Amino acid sequence: MSRVIELSRVTETVRDLCLKANYELGEDIIEALKRAGESEDLPRAREVLDCLIQNAAVAKEKSLPICQDTGIVVIFLEIGQEITFTGGSLEEVINEGVRRGYKDGYLRASVVNDPIRRINTGDNTPAVIHSRIVPGNRLKITLMAKGSGSENMSALKMLKPADGWPGVKRFIVEHVREVAPYCCPPLIIGVGLGGTFEQAALLAKMSLLRKVGQEAEDETIATLERELLEDINGLNIGPGGLGGKTTALSVNIETAPCHIAGMPVAVNVGCYAHRHRSTVL
Amino acid sequence: MDISSYNLQWPYQREVIQRLKAGDKVSITGHVYTARDAAHKRMTENLSALPFPLDGQIIYYCGPTPPRPDRPVGAAGPTTSSRMDSYTPQLLELGLLGMIGKGPRSREVIEAIVQSGAVYLVAVGGAGALLGEHIKGVEIVAYQDLGCEAVHKFEVADFSVYVGVDSQGRTIFTNQ
Repeated sequence: MSRVIELSRVTETVRDLCLKANYELGEDIIEALKRAGESEDLPRAREVLDCLIQNAAVAKEKSLPICQDTGIVVIFLEIGQEITFTGGSLEEVINEGVRRGYKDGYLRASVVNDPIRRINTGDNTPAVIHSRIVPGNRLKITLMAKGSGSENMSALKMLKPADGWPGVKRFIVEHVREVAPYCCPPLIIGVGLGGTFEQAALLAKMSLLRKVGQEAEDETIATLERELLEDINGLNIGPGGLGGKTTALSVNIETAPCHIAGMPVAVNVGCYAHRHRSTVL
Repeated sequence: MDISSYNLQWPYQREVIQRLKAGDKVSITGHVYTARDAAHKRMTENLSALPFPLDGQIIYYCGPTPPRPDRPVGAAGPTTSSRMDSYTPQLLELGLLGMIGKGPRSREVIEAIVQSGAVYLVAVGGAGALLGEHIKGVEIVAYQDLGCEAVHKFEVADFSVYVGVDSQGRTIFTNQ
């Protein structure tokens, strides 16, 4: 059934998601950090994990950002095809929501106008917006506040079909070995496998929206996720990069059909302070 | 493995810094100056007009969130230090005593640390809310136009860090 959505509601929703995502670390991550602490033998690894758990508690209690890098905002929209929007432009109202959220929430403006001139836009806009048209009359808005410490450590490679799973695994593990100490481990590793060049990158990012601990539905892929997580946690990079068993909390793989000649693989790194929230209107 | 703990108080002494070993825990009370990518670029473009004297000081790689009205600062954790690697040796030559950030440093930076007898300290990445609780006063010293990338002077109390690279060039990182 067709439905009208007044766009001012989108602004309010995005504003609120900015605050909630930045102040409250997901329970799934807090639980995973606690479990990781129990498995660590090194005092320093336990100490770093305790510090991250305590940090999340302080942030929530005092309405402070979990991390000073409050990120660039990435929005995923699922737009029901029976919706009619009124009252402005969808992209503009989303950016207005970001503007208000970052101002009202005392969040950091971390976006520059272009990569060469690098003038801070002052209000953390514009957001990066991905949208998909889906059946129905609902609007799902997912907001990710993506820090660049982890984003900078992402990578994409066009492998050959002959490389197979061993090649994919080697690429991911070697990449994580190289970059993990520079981000804020324990990491959440998003992998996009298949599709085309740009689709692999998007799949990797979207895989980061899964709850920590939730495996892929496809049992074959879930097995590969477990295998990768075990290898990555054998690297002894550990919490804060200071040694230990917990280099990653989760490896999430999303796949898509691809060309007979192709094997794209993208790795999008999420730091422990992985912030995302959704609302359905 | 035991963790050795030390207190480091302003004014920071090079002899004290040189006794620290990679992996030691250090609690800082005094002040630090923030500078990250854009401030480093500006400082090194004109070393004769630095916004603060580097000698004996500690630079914190940090761009804090804006403070709520009742607080000096919001979240203020470390950013990735390796982005400052190309600038750091020049600053160490001018007497900079230490840097605080997160993650490993380049070979060139480690050599410059050894050469000048300095130290690289690591704060826990992603613990910005908690670290902000140990910042008691904030003053913007220079480059206000850079927003969060301006040079801030932070008064810190019991600010916890680990020794990442000591003055002998030993590192805390398992892969270096």
